[in-house]
Order: sequence, then C-alpha cells, then structure tokens
Amino acid sequence: MRVTFTANGKPVEADDVWEGESLLYVLRERVGLPGSKNACEQGECGSCTVYLDGVPVCSCLVAAGQVQDREVRTVEGLADENGELGLVQQAFIDAGAVQCGFCTPGLLVQTDALLEQDSQPSDNDIREALSGNLCRCTGYEKIMDAVRLASARKCSGKGATA
Amino acid sequence: MSARTIRGQKNLQNINQASKDGIGGSPLRPDGNLKVRGEFAYSSDLWHEDMLWGMALRSPHPRANILSVDISEALKVPGVYAVLTHEDIPGAKYYGLEIQDQPALAIDRIRYHGEAIALVAADHPETARRAVKKIKVEYEVLTPIVTEEQCLDPQTHGYVHEPHEYKSHAYGNICHEQRLVSGLGVTDEVRAMADVVVSGDYEVGMQDQAFLGPESGLAVPAEDGGIDLYIATQWLHVDREQMAPVLDLPEEKVRLTLAGVGGAFGGREDISMQIHACLLALHTGKPVKIVYSRDESFYGHVHRHPARMHYEHGATRDGKLVFADCRIVLDGGAYASASPAVVGNAASLGHGPYVIPNVRMHAIALYSNNPSCGAMRGFGAVQAAFGYESQMDKLAAELGMDPVELRQLNAMSEGDFMPTGQQIDSPAPVAELLQRAKDMPLPPPLDTEHLDVRALPGALSNTSHGEGIVRGVGYSVGIKNVGFSEGFDDYSTARVRLEVIGGEPVAMVHTAMAEVGQGGVTVHAQIARTELGVEQVTIHPANTEVGSAGSTSASRQTYMTGGAVKLAAEAVRRELIEKGRRRYGWTHQDITLTGGKVVSESAGVLVPMVDLLGDEAIDLTREHHHRPTQAFDKETGQGFGHVQYTFCANRAVVDVDVELGLVKVVELTAVQDVGKALNPLSVVGQIQGGCTQALGLAVMEEIIVRDGKVRNASFTDYLIPTILDTPPIPVDVLELPDPHAPYGLRGVGEAPTVSATPSIVAAIRNATGLALNRIPVRPEHLTTEQPG
Repeated sequence: MRVTFTANGKPVEADDVWEGESLLYVLRERVGLPGSKNACEQGECGSCTVYLDGVPVCSCLVAAGQVQDREVRTVEGLADENGELGLVQQAFIDAGAVQCGFCTPGLLVQTDALLEQDSQPSDNDIREALSGNLCRCTGYEKIMDAVRLASARKCSGKGATA
Repeated sequence: MSARTIRGQKNLQNINQASKDGIGGSPLRPDGNLKVRGEFAYSSDLWHEDMLWGMALRSPHPRANILSVDISEALKVPGVYAVLTHEDIPGAKYYGLEIQDQPALAIDRIRYHGEAIALVAADHPETARRAVKKIKVEYEVLTPIVTEEQCLDPQTHGYVHEPHEYKSHAYGNICHEQRLVSGLGVTDEVRAMADVVVSGDYEVGMQDQAFLGPESGLAVPAEDGGIDLYIATQWLHVDREQMAPVLDLPEEKVRLTLAGVGGAFGGREDISMQIHACLLALHTGKPVKIVYSRDESFYGHVHRHPARMHYEHGATRDGKLVFADCRIVLDGGAYASASPAVVGNAASLGHGPYVIPNVRMHAIALYSNNPSCGAMRGFGAVQAAFGYESQMDKLAAELGMDPVELRQLNAMSEGDFMPTGQQIDSPAPVAELLQRAKDMPLPPPLDTEHLDVRALPGALSNTSHGEGIVRGVGYSVGIKNVGFSEGFDDYSTARVRLEVIGGEPVAMVHTAMAEVGQGGVTVHAQIARTELGVEQVTIHPANTEVGSAGSTSASRQTYMTGGAVKLAAEAVRRELIEKGRRRYGWTHQDITLTGGKVVSESAGVLVPMVDLLGDEAIDLTREHHHRPTQAFDKETGQGFGHVQYTFCANRAVVDVDVELGLVKVVELTAVQDVGKALNPLSVVGQIQGGCTQALGLAVMEEIIVRDGKVRNASFTDYLIPTILDTPPIPVDVLELPDPHAPYGLRGVGEAPTVSATPSIVAAIRNATGLALNRIPVRPEHLTTEQPG
C-alpha cells in the first residue's frame, strides 16, 4: 500500500508498504528518518517516541496505515529550520545526559512534550513523565539534570544556547 | 622565516594557555550534537542500495541432535536470495574468544536454546522471517544438562561437548577452574585460630547487559573478494581474528569499521551477527544487513554468569579476619566465551579488598545447556562481591560490631598483598572510601505528612500511602581489576597526525577503539589537546586500518588506548620540537607546545606551530603496552596477575514495603578513587550508570531459565531500572594517582557495578531482618522468607 503523511512539516510518501509494517519501520527504512530508535519494538523502552498529531507515541506500536494524512514529528524535527538545536536537545548535551545515545531521541521527544505541558515539573513529575523511556548508560541522574536545565532555560526565556 | 622569540613577563603570562578542554576538563562529547539530532549512524541505521536483510533460524530446544535440515521450501519464497547452513561455510566451522568451541552455524548438535542453525537473506525482513519459518529441522530432543549436579556427573547426564572435542575433554563439563591458597590455607588448625566463624551459601541470577541498540551491522562484499563490515562491537580486531578463518579470507580482506554502538557492557565482546552477515553477503554478492529484534538479542549474546557460592569467614573476637574459604561455581552455558577469564577474576578478587592471612578459593565455570555466559560489566567480581560483602555483614552482626568498622578494620591499603601474592603498589583507600560514604548526609526520613506515592515502593501503582514501609541503610565496598590479566598483552595502538588546516594547527587521532557510549572519543581529543597544545582535534572513524585498540571492556580504554594516544601525541610533539631545533637552532631544554605555539618556559613563545609545520604533516603511530602480568598458578593461584586495582564504596538507603515485598531505593551513594579524572563529567556519568546496573541486579534483573529454556526474552519480562526505580546517586570522587598509569588514572566503569549491589541488599536486610542470600531480591523473598 501507499502511505502519505507529513513528517517534520514535509509531505512524505511511502510505496509498497506491507500492511504489518510499523510507523517506526516506515520512518527508519522508507523515508530516511532513522533517528527514532528500534530498541525493543514492543512499546517498553520509549526509544522510538515521536509526536503523532502532537501527542507522543511509541512509533513501533503504530501501524503504518494509521498515519495516513496525519502529522508526525520526530527527533529530526526538534531543531529549528536553520538547524539550531532545540532547547531540550542542547540541555541534554550540556548536562552530559548523552552516553551511547540510543535512548536519547525518545527521551528528547518525551521531555519536549513534558515541558510543553508543564515548564516547571517537580523531580517526581519528571520521573513519572519519563518512566516509559529506558536508558541503560547514565543511571538517569544526568537526564534529570538535563530536564531541570531545559526547564530553567525555558522559564528564564533563554534560548538553546543560553 | 625568523623565529619570533619574544621575551618578557607579559608574554610569559600568555604562554600558559593550557586548553580548558584538555585533560581534567569536561568538554562536551564530539558525537553529542549528531546524537541529539537523531543523525548519528548506529549500526541498525545503515542502508545500502540493493541491500538484503539477513535472519537466523534458532533452535527452540536447549539440547538436541539435528537429524536433518530441509531448506527447499524456504528457498521457494519469493524475495529470498539465499538460505545457508553450516555446509555453506567456506572455512573453519568453529570460532570463539578464548576457546574455538562454538560453531558459526550448528552442525549436528544443539547446545543451547536459541542456537543459530540456518540463515536467510531476503529483500524485506518480513520475507526473511517467513522463509525462516519454512526451514524444516528434524530434531532428536535430549534432556538438557542444566544443574551443577548434572554438569559434574557426565557419566549419568552426558557431556555438553563430547570428550574428544576441543579442550574440554580433560575436565568433563568443567570449562575452566582456578584454585588459590595463601597463608596456611584453610585447615582445621587455622579454623581453630578463629573465635567466630560465619558461613553462607549465596546465589546470583543470570543478568543481561540489555544494551538498547540491538546487535546489527551491514556487510558489503568488495570487488577484491573481501568484505567490508560496518558493525557495533567492543573490539574490531578480535572480531576480525575470529571471522577471517570462518570466511576463509586473509585478515586484510576482512575490513571492519565501527558503526554507532548503542551500549555494550560486555555483551558485544563475542561475535553475534558478524559472521552471519558476511556469509550471506559473500554468498549473494549483495550487501546484507542484520538487525536483531529484542528477543533475538537475548538469545544472540552471552550474559553474566549465574553463580552459586559458598563462603566461610573466621575472625578474632575483636574483628580481625583470620581466614576465608570460598567455592564459586559459575554457569558458563553452552560455549566458553570469556569464561576462563571470568573464573580468573572470581578466584583472584573473590575475597574482596580485605587483608586475610589465610585464604582458600576454588572457582569453576561449567559447560551446560543453559545460555552461554561471558563478559558483563564487573566480570566475575560482581558475583563474588555479593558473597563476601554479605559475609562481612553477617560477621559484623555475629560480633556485634558496626559493619563499616569491621570492614575498615580489615581493609587493605597500599603495600598490602592480595591473596594471589601480588602487592598493591598504588593507593588503595578502602577504609577512606567507606568513611566518606558513611559521612555523607543521609536523605531525610520518609515524609508521611506530604506523601508523593511516586517516591514510594510501588510508585505509580499506588500500592501504599506510607503504611508498612520500613527504611534500611546498607554499606559495601568492592574491588575490580583494570585491563586484561594473567599474562595477556592487550596493547593499544594510536595514530596521531598534526597538520595545518585552515590556518590552524589541527590534530587528528586515529584508533580502533570502540566508542560504545563511554566517552573515549571525548577523552582522546582532550589528551591530544593537552599534549599538543592545540584546540582543534578531529577523531578519525575507528577501523581496522590502524592497529588494534584492544577491547572496550575491563575498564581499560582510557588507560590503554588513552595511553596510546598520549604516547603518539608525545612522539609528534617531540618531532615537531626537533624540527624547530633543526631549523632555528634552539638550545632550550624547556620547550613545550601550548596555545597553538611552541614555547620555552624561560624564553617565552618561540614560534607559532603553523609556521613551524608549514605544509608538512607529522603522522606517527604508537603502541601502548601495560606492564607485564603473569598467569596464576593453577593450584595455588599465586601470580602478579592484574595490571591495576580499582575500588568503590557505596551506601544504599531503601524503603521496603514489607507487606507487599516492594523495594524503593531512596538513595545510592558512591565513593570511588579514580586516580585522575580525565573528564569529571564522564567519570561521574560512568559511576552513576554502573551503580544503576548494580541496582538492577539487586532487585529486578534476571534471565529466567527453566530446563535450559529462556522464559523472559523481552523488555516486558526482563526488567531493567526505569527513571522511577532509580534514586539520586550522589558521587564523591577521589583522585589519588597511580604512578604506573598514564596521568595516574584508574579505570572507572566497573567498580561501582561490583560494589553497589551488596549495599542495596544490605539495606533491605537492615530494613527487614531477612537473610536474603539470593539476588535479585524478589517480592516473594521479602514476604515469605523467614528472618535470618
């Protein structure tokens, strides 16, 4: 089948999609957006988290056909049109929250969604919001730091490079 | 061109421009930007025109004879390009890290659940999956050999490897063993010298590395008949060494380039899909990509050895250890992998960082029909630490002593001897680490007034509002070796090139080091900046065009490949200064490179590096070998076996819901001596990550194996700590330099994984009064076990 949707603001078209393919597979293997990651492919690890019509979802759990005519935003769409890193992306780098980085794309999207809803989450709010995103390298401490840093920068109105 | 030697105080101030991004600083990762953009190319992201997908058929049985394999139906599936069995292997049929006992594809026998039998290459992963299902295998299913008792009685239960095979014939189902005796050993006379004796049997479950990036890679056949493999691994050269004979190619035609690695933790030390992808690519003449699913990943790599241990400790009434006796049985599973080295570690480190006058140890690894076990962070030292630290708490309770004081009383320090006879010849601040852990402020008690269920045991499940929750505190300390041991020369190679690019001096560092997330690439650039006085450093992709960097394991890469980068950079520096001496006739003995300039401490700036270099590049390669070590004597365990030792102490604070058996680790403090923190941000990140994997082993992580079958090969059923399970991890870093190591550094990655698990179990015991002799501690242990 053919699937047509919007990815990071641009119309995309995938041909010869097998009905059993996930959105994750289509993004990674058919439309050149491998940023969303394939760590468990059953909705446990959160590495494949993308926005679907503004709501964070595990793209491995979304059948490709379900995204017909809908809007998808992936980690590749978090930087602005000039390539400037988003506030959350920069905070993850600055706080040392990236080691192997395989969990990073999903955490960035989930954190972005959290801070859109609540720009000043408590530590427990952060832990709850990110509890569906596994990280095996960091022990999460630097991820907590990164979210706090992004929150502080967002609240002070300073941009990504602040 | 004349030398621009400017003299004067003002200028001397300016020469001290050591880069803040050199060693000791915390510059940001060079790969961080790509990683947050989603543009960093991991091994599973690779794509090639005309690429096929490879997939393996795996055995559903742990032990069976293969009577026949019929691939004819699989070959008929449209879109299938190849179906291969062991008969299609052009070269050697077996490979292995230490013992070549593992068939690249099963030949006539299945030795573990998930063993690969046949391979398919197809145009879509689903096509490959369907074709795999059409391969017909006729099995004669056999009763698996899975328990220690079965393994040690091959006359009754059989051999995992027949006696004539490989080297296992001498030992039956014992893959490797190591004995150790020091002092008077452990005899009745020695036992009689102790006022108090405590003993215990301890068990450690099978932990998985659970790196997030699945095993994957892309094999591209080359015009010269060779193969290019883009791969996530921990050691490019040792992969090649094992691959080339199977592919029947000379090593130079097997070229490996490191692709992005999504974590490793020991699980990528062995071959997984490397040989399979290359076999399919060479057979079809097309690029072949293999990406494991998560369940296949659980079958496709080795795990941490499960262990059964018996410990006995004797002490005087005032707490001085008199003797320690131990037997450690590690289940190595079907193939040897790194089992011999794991046994060596368990035996030599298995009595912990304590001075014990009389010691006996016997450690063995078994062959069984359970999943193969090999390297995982902590490597043989993790299992033992749970045993000896449990014993320390038991002994302290028996003596009525404070558990920290008992440990400090017996703690080893510089100048003391290991039970192997090796003298500790660099700082070993074991007592101080414990003291610092103890002196850290405790977290506030459970606030029953302003409860947030998310911070309680059970968390979002809303299982308690504070009732039935008891707090406990526990301590532990651990010891780990750094680098490969027992006489192995795991040298590292580095190439450093210095040239002018865009009007600036730029250093390029080229190694085969596997960057698996640990931040080695950041550190290499820091070393080049410090040694060459430049700001701009580029890291060449890691590949087999340069010599081996050894493995990214054993906490060794900063020590070994970092050391090689230092040596190569120093050689480049010397050559540049010599060039200056020849050109300008400098006679100063105090010339160094800093801030992009050649400077003399007495005379000031001599010349900008760009002027001295001109169009020329200085490009040098150096090998770094650590000091030689010795094999352990097989019977006595004596020998200068390890390169370096590293220590970490922990304090765990837990809340236990004693009614439901749920545990929340409230805080996990780590204190570690790192010799010198080359990158403090990364060092702390390593310690926190290491502690969290230890937390997983303490309270949740275990591959459940029943009758040789893996029952929980998914992230739904194999649980690793989430951000809700993981507490704040305060880290206190000591920097006591090791005079034998580059910059005085001490390997960092593993020590916290060794030491943190027992502190958590100790805290749960402290809260509950239960014995808890098995990890991971499960809810049923807490609700049904009798007080110990």
